[in-house]
Amino acid sequence: MIRYTLTRFALLLLGLLVASVLIFLTLRVLPGDIAHLIAGVGSTPEQQDAIRERLGLDRPLPEQYLTWIGGLFRGDLGTSLLTGTSVVDELAQKAEVTVPLGILSLLIAVVISVPLGVLSAMRRGRASGTGLSVGAQTLAAVPVVWAGMMLVVVFAVWLGWLPAQGFPRSGWSDPWAALRALILPALTIGIVEGAMLLRFVRSATLQAVGQDFVRTAAAKGLTRDQALLRHGLPVVGLSVITVLGLQVAGIIVGAVVIEQLFSLPGIGRMLVADVAARDLPKVQGELLALTGFVLIVGFVVDLVHRVIDPRQREAS
Amino acid sequence: MSVDGTDAAPPAPTTPRRRSRWAWLGRLWALSTGRFGLIVVAVVGITAIVARFWTPFDPQKVDIANRWALPGWPHLLGTDGSGRDILSLLMAGARTTVFVAIGAGLVATVIGISLAALGALTARWVRESVAVFVDILIAFPVLIIAMMISAVWGGSLWVVIWAVGIGFGVNIARVTRPELRRVLQSDFVLAGRASGLTPAQNLWRHLLPNVAPVFIVQLSWGMAVAVLAEAGLSYLGFGAPVTEPSWGLLLAQLQQFIGVHPLSVVWPGLAITITVLGLNLLGDALREATDPTLSRSPFATRRARLHIPEVVS
Repeated sequence: MIRYTLTRFALLLLGLLVASVLIFLTLRVLPGDIAHLIAGVGSTPEQQDAIRERLGLDRPLPEQYLTWIGGLFRGDLGTSLLTGTSVVDELAQKAEVTVPLGILSLLIAVVISVPLGVLSAMRRGRASGTGLSVGAQTLAAVPVVWAGMMLVVVFAVWLGWLPAQGFPRSGWSDPWAALRALILPALTIGIVEGAMLLRFVRSATLQAVGQDFVRTAAAKGLTRDQALLRHGLPVVGLSVITVLGLQVAGIIVGAVVIEQLFSLPGIGRMLVADVAARDLPKVQGELLALTGFVLIVGFVVDLVHRVIDPRQREAS
Repeated sequence: MSVDGTDAAPPAPTTPRRRSRWAWLGRLWALSTGRFGLIVVAVVGITAIVARFWTPFDPQKVDIANRWALPGWPHLLGTDGSGRDILSLLMAGARTTVFVAIGAGLVATVIGISLAALGALTARWVRESVAVFVDILIAFPVLIIAMMISAVWGGSLWVVIWAVGIGFGVNIARVTRPELRRVLQSDFVLAGRASGLTPAQNLWRHLLPNVAPVFIVQLSWGMAVAVLAEAGLSYLGFGAPVTEPSWGLLLAQLQQFIGVHPLSVVWPGLAITITVLGLNLLGDALREATDPTLSRSPFATRRARLHIPEVVS
């Protein structure tokens, strides 16, 4: 276990290293002259030089990279070109919207997909099982934006139950209003992510039906469904954990689009605005934070899976 | 990948295989999912070609007198806020969709096959490092890649093509590499090597044809991702320029009036959903129709190959 943890940790560090180098190189080297880009088309060489000096672009690349990474260890992801604010501070502030949105989405996805996925596997070959499977297949093909629009039409425009857009200016000091603003966005991401998870749960359950220990339990006198629920479900749960990392990545991506649709002041919407405004130092910090988060979640998921799955432990 | 000109005639053993080479197409059509997928892909493709020459109305023609017309004659799906015919916009948008799907498919093919070949056929330390590199790259969501590219070059359809191509190429590499390694152990590859084929010839003649089924399945799913990504990125403003017809762009434009004219938003969304569903089902059916390992050990391979589409839009 210790050996596995260390190996996996080394892979995580390597991943972070590769990610940071790729992000750094893409944003620094490929475009040609970043200073020219920032200063604008009609800028004088002196203006461009000033920007180069301010950003440290006149120094050699490895030094620039090390300065950036060195800042990371002091908890400094850089500062915005346009507003001069610290990227870490802005991320922390926007996380107040995005983190609850992500958690809510994940909860909705799991709550929808696990019971329905197991059900659709148990009812395989019957109308209800096929219906669930077809429904999930279709929902997984729906673009998240459009799913959000349809939910807005039904729940905000026609029924008027929930707000169509926006987040209360007072933030979480009015928890009910803030939560209300997040319900439709979270439902949108949760349903689309849940549809994908459902297909995974279904096939994991079908696989569990074929396992020896489920058959043995059935042979002892349990019905097929009892055997599956008591002895098969833990295995299904374990496989769900393995795709959780993928789900988190999916939810982050979903949040970028959905925050735009619902005008939520979260990390995703900030990233879109910064990319559009070409605030490159800020984009660099934000992209590293997001990919770093995805990599770390993957690391944690692998470790947790290793700890709670007895088969994995024996394998080592 | 040079093949010397002397062996233009196909080697004899392939003749009996000829008949079975296209048998999977029949099996594909026999599956209801495969038939649905083939029909959707054909309809979208034909629409894109037709729209190149003819649409019921000029998709960009503004006709204020007829704005927000309900579905009916002559505007079958109605008109938008400036009187543009929605059906014509959708048909023209199909061109963009097909262009992006094919472009991303090509980029993904080149990247995927190169990385898979590097990861399977080279010296041990090279192939192990490539495998680790691929494992790391897989963690980058397509949208993040797209944002990285568009932060630098601004938004365009090429951003979508490169982002999906890179993102899915890595995916293809990861799935194809073990297949390549497996085929590499086969006797016929050894026989090929013994009879004097260079590694490149062996790759072209024996390895690639044998991993093609796995690869085509992935390609179909990758194109579904491309369609979703085009819609999502165009919606965010990183994809098609405002002057191009695009389903995602249309969604963004119609969204502003969603409170007053909710029906118009339905059509582009349906077009995207059906296209993506068709490609996904086509991939599923292709896997079923071509999988040579199905009879070998269904439980071992099924799970490893379960397709989990990415959320990209």
